[in-house]
Formats: sequence, structure tokens, C-alpha cells
Amino acid sequence: MSDKFTIEIISPGETILKQETNEAIIPSYEGQMGILKDHIPLITFLRPGIITIKNEFEKKFYVEEGTVEFSNNNLLILTSSAKDLANFDKSLVNELFQEAEEKLNNLDITDKDRYLTSYKLETLKEISQ
Amino acid sequence: MPSLDDLKKRIKSVKSTQKITKAMKMVAAAKLRKAQESAEKGRPYSQKMQHIILNLTKSINDPQNAPKLLIGTGEDKKYLCVVLTADRGLCGGFNSNICKLAKTNFKKILRDGKELSIITVGSKGYDQIKREYNKYVIKKFSFKDKKNVSFNEADEVGKEILSLFNQNKFDKCILFYNNFKNVITQIPQAQQIIPAETKNLKSSDTEDFSYEFEPDEDEILEDLLPKNISTQVFKALLENAASEQGSRMTAMDNATRNAGDLVDKLTIDYNRSRQASITKELIEIISGAESL
Repeated sequence: MSDKFTIEIISPGETILKQETNEAIIPSYEGQMGILKDHIPLITFLRPGIITIKNEFEKKFYVEEGTVEFSNNNLLILTSSAKDLANFDKSLVNELFQEAEEKLNNLDITDKDRYLTSYKLETLKEISQ
Repeated sequence: MPSLDDLKKRIKSVKSTQKITKAMKMVAAAKLRKAQESAEKGRPYSQKMQHIILNLTKSINDPQNAPKLLIGTGEDKKYLCVVLTADRGLCGGFNSNICKLAKTNFKKILRDGKELSIITVGSKGYDQIKREYNKYVIKKFSFKDKKNVSFNEADEVGKEILSLFNQNKFDKCILFYNNFKNVITQIPQAQQIIPAETKNLKSSDTEDFSYEFEPDEDEILEDLLPKNISTQVFKALLENAASEQGSRMTAMDNATRNAGDLVDKLTIDYNRSRQASITKELIEIISGAESL
């Protein structure tokens, strides 16, 4: 028995990724979450962060939001904002960064927005380093 | 009997029409491939989304307090119909099929004494509907300048639907669009998106799980349901785009063939009258010679 499960990342336009993996780390709404084979069925959503897929080769994706379902050793990630870190444009990072910063400086946003945006900012900072 | 010159002009004009329809067919065929591809690529997202929502719905303990988007307002008085059509014509029965289906539904809704409001997406649909139902149309979208449908356009429509729902403007929302089955067949469809229609989904492909939710299921549903609206609109737009090209291709193929038949027929007519006139001239010459 291998210790692998299937991971699918699907955006409205296309299936971004479908492969077998040993482990995946997702930025769930309430914190980082590592998923291994035979995890219990789970539904959650994502905050801005990085999805790490650990295999022989590590793959990383930047996401802003999304919905996650795990069942029958199939990890399903529905998101419209997944971007492969391997070819993530530097100027786009800066653009998003500025956008997030502006939003955070705006006083009349909800606490939830503030929470999400601060994570977005942190993640982008991490990427640009 | 048209003169030889007239026939000649006719043949020429039919031939140039044929050229145009042929070119349109080729363009449609090229676009179709792309549209079909994106429609097929887009299907998993909306299917999985539905799947998750269905699983979530099953595990709701207290259906009375479930989000309104899922179970509806509990009333059945006001209807919102979203009619999705193309922005361009010359695609066979594509636009009129959707409108026909929509109009039958409008009639039924009005006959039952319910309130109706209409949102049209695509200018062709609006053109057909405004004749009879202009006063019910509350908003019209047109994405004429966009080359390809993207999620942003769908989101725009989705947000409009949601804001109307939050203002209590309707109880039920129905989408009208063409489902792309294959190049030749497109099936006009009415899909109810609010309240979410879960009974149509096959229950066999959903296993009974006790899911772990994080945060809790209400919050997830609240986040997911509005997204689902946009997703369903997006799916409909993609299916529509593929259907439009498929329909246009078939229509233009038929038109090209018809033009070919017409040219053949006109050519025979032309040759026949040419021969007739030659024969007539010959007879005149011969009878003239004989009388000498």
C-alpha cells in the first residue's frame, strides 16, 4: 500500500492539477493544515496562503480563497485564484501586495476582511523574499 | 421569365453569399473547438461545487434555520428569470430556442398569477423578449466586447442576482441557457439556482460521510452558496458559448449547401434559356433563308 492520495486543484476555467501525493499542507481558514492519507472526511475553506504539495518534488501554489473537501482519499480544492509559485510573476506579486496594503489601511472593512487581508499581505511578503 | 443577364447576376450574388457563409462556418468551427474545450474544462468545477453543497446539505441538522439561498424564502410568489443568449445572430435556432423556452415559462408564471422579473444576458435575447415582456425586464447585460467569457462576467451577473435576492426581490431564480451536448445538438434548459435544486442530483454518487467542518457548516455554506450562484452562471455562459458556435457552424454549413444547390439550379436555368435563345435565333435564320 502506498501512502499516497489524490489531490485535485480545480479553477472555474480548468483543472490546474491532478496528481498523487504523499502530503499536502493547506492554509485553511483557521490555520495551516497538513493532510496525509486516510484523513477523516473534511470540508473547510481557505484563507490566503500557500498550498504545499510534498512529493519527490515539492510544489507550491499561492491561493487567495477556496473550498476544500477531503473524502475517500481524494483532496479536492476549488479555487479561482491558484497560481503556481514556480512561474509567479514578480510584478504581479507587487501589485497584489500594494492592493492588500491599501485595503488594510482602509478603516471601514470588516474584521473578517482584515483577518484575510493581513494573511494575504504576509504570504505575499514571504513570496517576494 | 428572367432574362439571361438577370440570371447571371443572381448566380453571382448567390455565389458570393456562399463564400460568406463558408467563411463564417470556418470561423465558427475554429472558435467552437476553443469554446468546447473551455466548456469541458469548466464542468468539473461546477460539478464538484454542487457535490460539496449536496454533502453539506445532508448534514444540516436544523433545516428550518438553513441559509435562505439553499432552502428558499419559503414562498413561491416572485420569480426571477435569467435568460442567457448570444450577442450575435446568424446561428440558426440558437437564440430563438432559448427564448421560446423562456417565453413558455414566462407565460406559465404569469398565468399562475405570480410576479415576474427578467434579466437578460446577451443582446439577441433582449431583442426577442422586449417585444412582449419589456416591462418585466429589470436589467440587461451584454458582453459583446469580450472575446472570451471569463469568470468575472459570470461574477458580475451572480452578484446582481444575489443583491436582488438580499433585497427580497424574488423567491425563485431560474436560468435559461443552451446545454452543449454535441456539435449538432444543443438542448435549451431551464435550471433553478435559487433555492438550490438538490433533488435532481443523483444520490448514488454521494457517499454518506460524517464530515469534519472547519469552521462550522453554517459558515461554510454562507461562503459557498453565493459562490455557487456565480459558478452556475459561469457554467451556463460556457455551455452557451460552445452551443452558439456549434449552432452557427451547423447553420452556416446548411446555408453553404443550400447556396450550392441554388447555384446549380440557376445555372441549369441559365443554360437552358441560353440554348433556347440560340435555337430561336437559328430557327429565325433558317425560316428566313427558306422563304427566299
